[in-house]
Amino acid sequence: MQITVTVNGEACTREIEPRLLLIHFLRDDLGLTGSHWGCDTSNCGACVVWLDGTPVKSCTVLAAMADGHRVRTVEGMAAPGRLDPVQEGFARCHGLQCGFCTPGMMLTARWLLDRNPRPTAEEIREALSGQVCRCTGYENIVRAVQWAARHEADGRAAGPDGAGPGTASPATTASEVTR
Amino acid sequence: MNAGGAYRSAYGPVPRKEDARFVRGRGLFVDDVRLPGMLHGAVLRSPLAHARIRSVDTAAAEAHPKVKAVITGETLAARNLAWMPTLSRDVQAVLATDKVRFQGQEVAFVVAEDRYSARDALELINVEYEPLPPVIDAERALGPGAPVIRDDIAGKADNHIFDWSSGDQAATDAAFAAADVVVTQDMLYPRVHPAPLETCGAVADMDEVAGKLTIWATSQAPHAHRTLYSLFLGLPEHKIRVISPDIGGGFGNKVPVYPGYVCAIVGSMVTGRPVKWVEDRSENLMSTAFARDYHMHGEIAATRDGTILALRATVLADHGAFNGAAQPTRFPAGFFGVFSGSYDLRAAHCQVTGVYTNKAPGGVAYACSFRVTEAVYLVERMVDLLATELGADPAELRMKNLLRPEQFPHTTPTGWQYDSGDYRRTLRVALEAAGYEELRKEQAERRERGELMGVGLSFFTEAVGAGPRKQMDILGFGMADGADLRVHPTGKAVLAVSCQTQGQGHETTFAQIVAEELGLSVDDVEVVHGDTDRTPFGLGTYGSRSTPVSGAAAVVAAREVRERARIVAAAMLEAAAADLEWADGRWQVRGDPAQGKTLAEIAMAAHSSLDLPEGVQGHLDSGAVYNPPNLTYPYGAYICVVDVDPGTGVVKVRRFVAVDDCGVRINPMIVEGQIHGGLADGLGMALMQAITFDADGNCLGGSFMDYLLPTSVECPSWELAETVTPCPHHPIGAKGVGESATVGSPAAVVNAVMDALKPYGVRHADMPLTPANVWSAIQGTPLRTDLALT
Repeated sequence: MQITVTVNGEACTREIEPRLLLIHFLRDDLGLTGSHWGCDTSNCGACVVWLDGTPVKSCTVLAAMADGHRVRTVEGMAAPGRLDPVQEGFARCHGLQCGFCTPGMMLTARWLLDRNPRPTAEEIREALSGQVCRCTGYENIVRAVQWAARHEADGRAAGPDGAGPGTASPATTASEVTR
Repeated sequence: MNAGGAYRSAYGPVPRKEDARFVRGRGLFVDDVRLPGMLHGAVLRSPLAHARIRSVDTAAAEAHPKVKAVITGETLAARNLAWMPTLSRDVQAVLATDKVRFQGQEVAFVVAEDRYSARDALELINVEYEPLPPVIDAERALGPGAPVIRDDIAGKADNHIFDWSSGDQAATDAAFAAADVVVTQDMLYPRVHPAPLETCGAVADMDEVAGKLTIWATSQAPHAHRTLYSLFLGLPEHKIRVISPDIGGGFGNKVPVYPGYVCAIVGSMVTGRPVKWVEDRSENLMSTAFARDYHMHGEIAATRDGTILALRATVLADHGAFNGAAQPTRFPAGFFGVFSGSYDLRAAHCQVTGVYTNKAPGGVAYACSFRVTEAVYLVERMVDLLATELGADPAELRMKNLLRPEQFPHTTPTGWQYDSGDYRRTLRVALEAAGYEELRKEQAERRERGELMGVGLSFFTEAVGAGPRKQMDILGFGMADGADLRVHPTGKAVLAVSCQTQGQGHETTFAQIVAEELGLSVDDVEVVHGDTDRTPFGLGTYGSRSTPVSGAAAVVAAREVRERARIVAAAMLEAAAADLEWADGRWQVRGDPAQGKTLAEIAMAAHSSLDLPEGVQGHLDSGAVYNPPNLTYPYGAYICVVDVDPGTGVVKVRRFVAVDDCGVRINPMIVEGQIHGGLADGLGMALMQAITFDADGNCLGGSFMDYLLPTSVECPSWELAETVTPCPHHPIGAKGVGESATVGSPAAVVNAVMDALKPYGVRHADMPLTPANVWSAIQGTPLRTDLALT
């Protein structure tokens, strides 16, 4: 069957098997490998993407179900030359280690902040509770989302040099984060 | 770094270089690799735990229009590849030929044009099994009449693997005989699985024209894998390239060579095309390296006034169907010999027996430091039980018996040389950070109200940085690691290392190490890893060994560069090399700091037409191999506070205070991140995670629906503090930290829950302390958590 999915603002038309999962459509057919596959059972959330503005676990969504709909992946988070504050926060607050769960975590965090710009730590934990990180113990993920919330509340977008409030790194600039 | 005359250390919470790609979704994991003409493989697995294979019919699968090859044990046997060596001097079936020995064992491999078709074709393979009685219970495995699992081993008539003991048995017996108080306890450290979020996988590309095999794999030890492939496949080692790209977590799960990797290689050899194999989550949980499964009996002897005299441990170790424990010591129980813990004991003795069962192989994985996890759990539970017996406060009992600073270096009763420590200071810091006395007051008040609050401690000494050649090797290879350091004419440096990051941030930490030694900016050092064609030999990353071993190699290499630079700088400054000193990140004339040269200036001169002194060829590059003289021994004091719902048995971890001493911290931000992750692992093991089996050997933990991992809502906000006691034999005093929290935290959580349950007279319940288990313990009958048998 043929489907057309608008992925990160771009209409993508492909011939697919009806049984194809959305995660495999994104990764194998479109080459968007930022979204990861981790468990098959909707437990881990490594595959979280947005479908029409709502986070979904793309390992349990058929690509056919996205036909005519909008999908946003980690590749569509940053504006040209500028990271999303959530991405910036994850890098500054050491909110990731191996990086495998990170895209899904960031997309859910972005969704949370769009609806609740100043969430409490408990609200952040609740929002992310459907996803698993095996490296960070979640502490710095919570701090990363809080950093992004503060950053946005301060009304200062991250500049191209990554400068912004709440810098976690006295030792160097964040040049490597945004290059 | 030295810029504009202002010098500052390269150590500190530097943001990670790795993150630029990861936050953009531009990491490169094995499943992201796509090669031209690549095919996809899938493994057919046994549904039975123990059965003889009568026949394997692949005709229908081979007739599938998208299938390119079907490989069976017979295919491999024809190439003498049906069995491969494990890392514990046993063999493991790549694809079963005679019997299947655990549920999920590899039986056949399909190579097809896409991943869905490969899975489809698995359904078309018809295997005829003759079921055999499975051996699931480790104790029954040694009983009379137990079915023999490993009848492939000539003359094998039982399921016994090894007996190993350590310590002075007579001295221990004497200490027990003289003791006022002896406390004993059976305890199980259940089978758990590291479950990295990325499963295991590989892309194998056999170039028959060049005779070269390239394999992209989820490997924590690419060089060890290359050597093993060479020995096993009969390919020359220089014609094998192992690439470990970004690894989505390892925790020990990605140390062994798995049958799927070998199948992908053979699949590429058979088809002449690259073959990708990536296991699914169930395959990962059911067939790859598990951890623990230690059935332990502990005994502790003390005087009435609370002086601990001696410890005994008797262990039954369930190794599964093949002895595939990926541990590097000549002791079959790994580092379990450190079970005497952090205490000043007269004597200790342990006896460990290993057995085969019809379960997946493994045993050493999951940030365990080769059985230190089990050892620490045993001693820290026994000390708590002793405190209960004596009516002593567990913190005071520990404080009284901890080793004192003047006792270091300390040789333990089982012969381990602890390097350095100020244990009581670390415990004091933890008690203060937790507000221990206030917690005990609060607990007393809550108990008055019938509420179940618990406070649990653990004090652990880790043994990491494997290791000294006299005690350790993997397949006969000593555990040295190399570092190659190149310095370009403009003073930019490239460090190539043999260790393999799986999220630990090596690209940043190792750049900081070199930058600190050479006065460079962290941005000016690039770290290369994960490619055997581009890095020196070494045994990889596990057992918290990267900084203790590869980190030391990087320091030694950098210091050699610095010494070469000194000679060149002397020529530049027209001074004697002996008159130069390294200060503020550059070579300068002693007593005349205005006369100095940075490494960038020196590197350019070293490559120039400058008239170099005799014996100096130009260039500053160097290489080093570090062969550790001893292990390093990080340690820590942990305090956990829990609330238990008496009606449901639900445990809520309210607070967790962790004070770690891992020696010098290069990047404190990364160190704390490592600790956070390990604490979550420990909480998961203590409360949620276990791989269990039913009586037929069906794995009951084969998905994330059944094998529960902690999420953000189970974890508290971790409270960290530190002490710093440098390692005396490491060139920068670092000790390693990756596994400390996983090793130290489970005992603190369990001790806290047992403390909470004291009003019910509960003495011990095994992990995981699930609501059902805690509730049963409250009723007086804690569950046996390794089996779904009743």
